[in-house]
Amino acid sequence: MILIVAEHADGKLAKATLEMVTAARGTGREGPITILVLGQNVAGVASEAAAVADQVLVADSASLAQYSAETWAAAVAQIAQEGEAHTVITPGSRSGREYAPRVAVKLDAPYLEDVISLSSSGAGLQAQRYTYLARVTETVEAQGAVTVISAKPGSFAPAAPAAAAGEQYDVDLDLPQSRVTITGKSMEKSSRVALSEADVIVTGGRGVGNAENFSKFVEPLADNLGAGVGATRAVVDAGWRPYAEQVGQTGKTVQPKAYIALGVSGAVQHLSGMGKSKFIVAINKDAEAPIFKVADYGIVGDVNEIVPALIEASKR
Amino acid sequence: MKILTLIRQVPDAEARVRLSGNTIDLDGTTVVMDGMDEYGVEEALRLRESGAGVDEIIALAVGPKRNEDALRTALAMGADRAVHVETDERLDAVSLSKVVAELAKTENAELILVGGQEADWDSQALGAATAERLGWPQLTWTNELKLEGDKLTGRHDVDEGNESFEATLPAVVTTQQGLNEPRYPTLPNIMKAKKKELRKDDLASYDAASKVKFIGAEIQTRARMNKIIDGKDPQAAAAQLIDLLRNEAKVIK
Repeated sequence: MILIVAEHADGKLAKATLEMVTAARGTGREGPITILVLGQNVAGVASEAAAVADQVLVADSASLAQYSAETWAAAVAQIAQEGEAHTVITPGSRSGREYAPRVAVKLDAPYLEDVISLSSSGAGLQAQRYTYLARVTETVEAQGAVTVISAKPGSFAPAAPAAAAGEQYDVDLDLPQSRVTITGKSMEKSSRVALSEADVIVTGGRGVGNAENFSKFVEPLADNLGAGVGATRAVVDAGWRPYAEQVGQTGKTVQPKAYIALGVSGAVQHLSGMGKSKFIVAINKDAEAPIFKVADYGIVGDVNEIVPALIEASKR
Repeated sequence: MKILTLIRQVPDAEARVRLSGNTIDLDGTTVVMDGMDEYGVEEALRLRESGAGVDEIIALAVGPKRNEDALRTALAMGADRAVHVETDERLDAVSLSKVVAELAKTENAELILVGGQEADWDSQALGAATAERLGWPQLTWTNELKLEGDKLTGRHDVDEGNESFEATLPAVVTTQQGLNEPRYPTLPNIMKAKKKELRKDDLASYDAASKVKFIGAEIQTRARMNKIIDGKDPQAAAAQLIDLLRNEAKVIK
């Protein structure tokens, strides 16, 4: 079987899970597509998952209320072994990429990380993935009976529901206690669309000027366009915006339909996080800024003058 | 307590990446210690300076001969000695973790510091896979760390925000921006580093064959339209851009 580990938050299945189903169907490998749902009070998530899978395994327990790499890895490896999975797919989120390597070690299996495409080859699975700060696309091949994969968010189209809903089964797992204690949490919830799910992202860089200008320019433009708000590392370091909005090597990797970069110079570490966006728009007063090299549309001009005009123009 | 800090050598961020045939060719490219690994070396030094019982800081690199330079940099920053498993073989992160875990055991290290996602293979797997092989917990994307006795406390980034944590050694910690500001090696320390031990080791003794076969690489620069509008008349420029996004790109309504 192909085992997919569901990604979900706030009682809802994440788009990443539907993307993994497409990735699984594309492998051409045999066996039922099985989604494993780990967590507490996840009945709603499980029935959403059932719409796209052949079967859904549900581990609903208090010991899974808090995510932990050790616990998740143990759960996934246990199900993979008992169900004789030949392919295990996890999300390419921060957490998915944290427990997937542990699963690979437990199963003594090759690990294809953060893949953007998958196809079967004679001996195993071939995948493409980005390397060198996303400047290079590599093709790699995993050989062996079992392969562990993490799928890069936004790389596969979300799967449409299957003809018939899959059966749901409750599973009991023998789980280790995590040796990491979480003593505090600060979740940066934004009322806007999450960067990983946004079709349009408006990102501000140093050129926006200061934190106030984000509320004056960047946020209203994003609201007009139904977009998520992003920030560069320099902006986050300066304390103008929360880390959750950071796009780049040390922040999030995004792939929206339109990425609108305001006052962003375009350092390679930032490009590695957004360079695969479908359309890139750059607004910067420095005509020599590297961001223009990767832009589809650009305006050479002052963000403080152009963006208010854009806010007006986007209202109509 | 010994700390093992892992080092990869990567192209400088501003350096051009070139292909030769279908593999990456780093000959003639400026290579440096990976930035995220540098935070790890610095953090090891700071833990020692903070009074935590750090007996020794060992820098480890697995890779070609030129990796010696990155190890010398770590020694010049203040690491006590270095181990270089010299090889031109290309190992995937999960296979490489076997070498790291073995070395951690023979060196009796109790804390491993490694970059969260290095700039060559864009992989986050090395820390996690090493932790699993050793049966240790892991803290990834750490941006604050304290060590008292064998108790680690700190803060790290998770999918949507950050968490404060507590864990007991041994553990693997992956490092990133925000954790600290790495120091520059001073000239006297660079001179001292030349006398520090840099032990060579042989990959053959680790039974670490790659499970992922490298097939090829491409530098894909997507063709971009590069339609650049002069912003002297902000209203006109804005109207033109919105029109392009609506009617040509069809990405906004």
